[in-house]
Amino acid sequence: MEKRQVYLDHGASTPVLPAVIEAMRPFWSEQYGNPSSHHALGRQANQALEGARRTIANLLHAQPGEIIFTGCGSESDNLALRGVMLAARAAGRGNHFITSVVEHSAVLQTAVQLTELMGFEATILPVDGYGRISLTDLEATIRPDTVLISIMAANNEVGTLQPVEAIGQLARERSILFHTDAIQTATTAVWDMASQPIDLMSLAPHKFYGPKGVGILYVREGVEIVPALTGGSHENGRRAGTANVAFAVGAATALDHCLRHQADHIAHYESLRDRLIDGMLATFPEACILTGHPTQRAPHNASFAFRDLNGNDLLMHLDMAGIAASSGSACKSGNPKPSAVLQALGLDDTWTKGGLRLTIGLQTRKDEIDYVLATMPGIIDKLKKINLLFA
Amino acid sequence: MTLLTDLNLHPNRVVVAMSGGVDSSVAAALLVERGYEVVGMMMRLWSEPDCDGEVQANRCCTPQQMADARRIADQLGIPFYVVDVKDHFRQTIVQFFLDEHALGRTPNPCIECNRQIRFTYLLNQALALEANHLATGHYARVQKTADGYLLRQGVDTHKDQSYVLHMLTQEHLAHVLFPVGEYTKAEVRDLARRFNLPVASKADSQDLCFLSDRDYRLFLRQYSEQASRPGQILTEDGTVLGQHDGLASYTIGQRKGLGISAPEPLYVVRKDVAGNALVVGPREALGQARLRVRQVSWIAGSPPDTTIQATVKIRYKAQPVLAQITAVSATEALVMFEEPVGGATPGQGAIFYDGDICLGGGLIGDRDGSGETALSQPQTQTQTTTQLADIPIIGP
Repeated sequence: MEKRQVYLDHGASTPVLPAVIEAMRPFWSEQYGNPSSHHALGRQANQALEGARRTIANLLHAQPGEIIFTGCGSESDNLALRGVMLAARAAGRGNHFITSVVEHSAVLQTAVQLTELMGFEATILPVDGYGRISLTDLEATIRPDTVLISIMAANNEVGTLQPVEAIGQLARERSILFHTDAIQTATTAVWDMASQPIDLMSLAPHKFYGPKGVGILYVREGVEIVPALTGGSHENGRRAGTANVAFAVGAATALDHCLRHQADHIAHYESLRDRLIDGMLATFPEACILTGHPTQRAPHNASFAFRDLNGNDLLMHLDMAGIAASSGSACKSGNPKPSAVLQALGLDDTWTKGGLRLTIGLQTRKDEIDYVLATMPGIIDKLKKINLLFA
Repeated sequence: MTLLTDLNLHPNRVVVAMSGGVDSSVAAALLVERGYEVVGMMMRLWSEPDCDGEVQANRCCTPQQMADARRIADQLGIPFYVVDVKDHFRQTIVQFFLDEHALGRTPNPCIECNRQIRFTYLLNQALALEANHLATGHYARVQKTADGYLLRQGVDTHKDQSYVLHMLTQEHLAHVLFPVGEYTKAEVRDLARRFNLPVASKADSQDLCFLSDRDYRLFLRQYSEQASRPGQILTEDGTVLGQHDGLASYTIGQRKGLGISAPEPLYVVRKDVAGNALVVGPREALGQARLRVRQVSWIAGSPPDTTIQATVKIRYKAQPVLAQITAVSATEALVMFEEPVGGATPGQGAIFYDGDICLGGGLIGDRDGSGETALSQPQTQTQTTTQLADIPIIGP
């Protein structure tokens, strides 16, 4: 079989669309002014920045003043949690927040800092075998001093969707703020801030064919947050620092493109995802399981666990075969720490080191999926042989 | 030492075992320059936890070394992967280290790591990636002849590492490359500068890679209960001269620090593991004319039919000495020195050479009361621990 290059790591990042590159082009060396400046070039830059903000607000059915540009998705999560909790402390409104064990580390590590260094209290909810939190659990952990609930829309590793509307509804009934990290499903779920009970939402444009280096945080009007970056009055005093005009424009262009074609994109993702899942499970009925929810999952996410295999070895062999994939474990260090998400799903040691995530993109084609399915058996066979020699 | 077979190997693809150090970095750079399709790989090995019980990185693969190796790989434009051998390393190499010490021997973990990990597990990972070769930064040379492969000492005889590679077979040598073996260490450092590798001045690695920052005897005491069991210091005729505080604390040939007084200087001659006794004797008693060598392998693939004359190295840094070698069986040999040799230490390698050609070798057998080393004794592992202070048990 001839070696090919197949990129199936769109959950990590996506290529920037040509239309997005085109939209960003004037803001490098033509309209390079600082949007805070009062001269013509500054006004031009500010127009572009506010235009991007308006576009994003319109697409999300939000107000422009509710859109904050940050430096990345992680910063959006950081600002949401730290900003809300510090503002609550300043106003004497409470000290407790609730999140879940399968959140992205941008949320979980912020939670660690808030509790260990800043004296806040957190409840970390468990999940079921598919990775979903229980609304009953959630309701039971709400305290009089609970300020914030932060639950992701879709898990980055196994793709499971959380009942975001129901969580938000519960939060609203209890006058608690609700933040969701919607980074994995920014353009494959319907986001309507006018009707949905969401107070804060994180997005990362490089996951939807926009540039890296820019993040979006939606903050509902009236929700107070303390800035994480202090300085000038940029972003309405909630995120200091000169705005990255080009990237903001790129973010808006990418979001517009993806939402305009949302139905087609979802259909494309789902058909290839299901081809991949069906093919993988048929090829390895014993050695491989699907992780996450069989139907309630991000349209582009196919995630698996392989019995008694090291996910890093699998990634190495896939890479050598030209296939870009990822696993849940700390892959670069070669330290096969079991995936915390797979553990939270209740999987035991035979599975938790063998995570594999394949995420579909707009350019992914059927024959690329078939190439992966044809390549996997040889790899699994070789890894099993090596393991047997050293058992 | 089983290797995977029936693979569609790419003749030009080579996996380089990278450590982040000078030698393996230069090896990788040389192979890239020669036009190979190079893949960098690092093994994640086991290390004892530190005194607070915190998990530590093995010194061969600290986060710093991993980052260094990755930077080199990025600079060379080659992929770099880390494979995990932690559990396997602990179960084989570290356990072997403890077991051998419990038998009164002084193992060379680098020999065992090459035997059981580097040229088995890692070579198999390379083969599984369809690479025809595994390259390492060892100072040694592989030469192809009409009759098969020869293992020769590195050009830099001071750095030569054929001592820890003697277990390689023809099957392995067909897949192994040692690019820096053709150079002296000084030349390798010059090459590192010429390739702009930011490792040119890094120090050579020292000490046992799996120990956190402490003496190996403390490690043995912690992990091997008998290591610090006190016992008697005896002469060969059974005269009790004093007490020792655990066989692991003494070394063959040691004179000072025994806490005994005698009319003539007495040296540690051997360890009687069964009796947990440290046997001492006069300087002459250290000399041995004959050594039994176990776990012998021959580079050519089979032992010579007749007694051969060769030189033998009984430690990594020892001078080779002239001897007659007779293969007693496929895996055992008898070494007869021209002059008695002192300091032969059970468990260390005895490696055979014809000039700069490594013929093979094995591990020095245990020494019995007759003054001769015997072949491997039954592996009763309920005995005391071990030995010595200043034997260079450290490999490259």
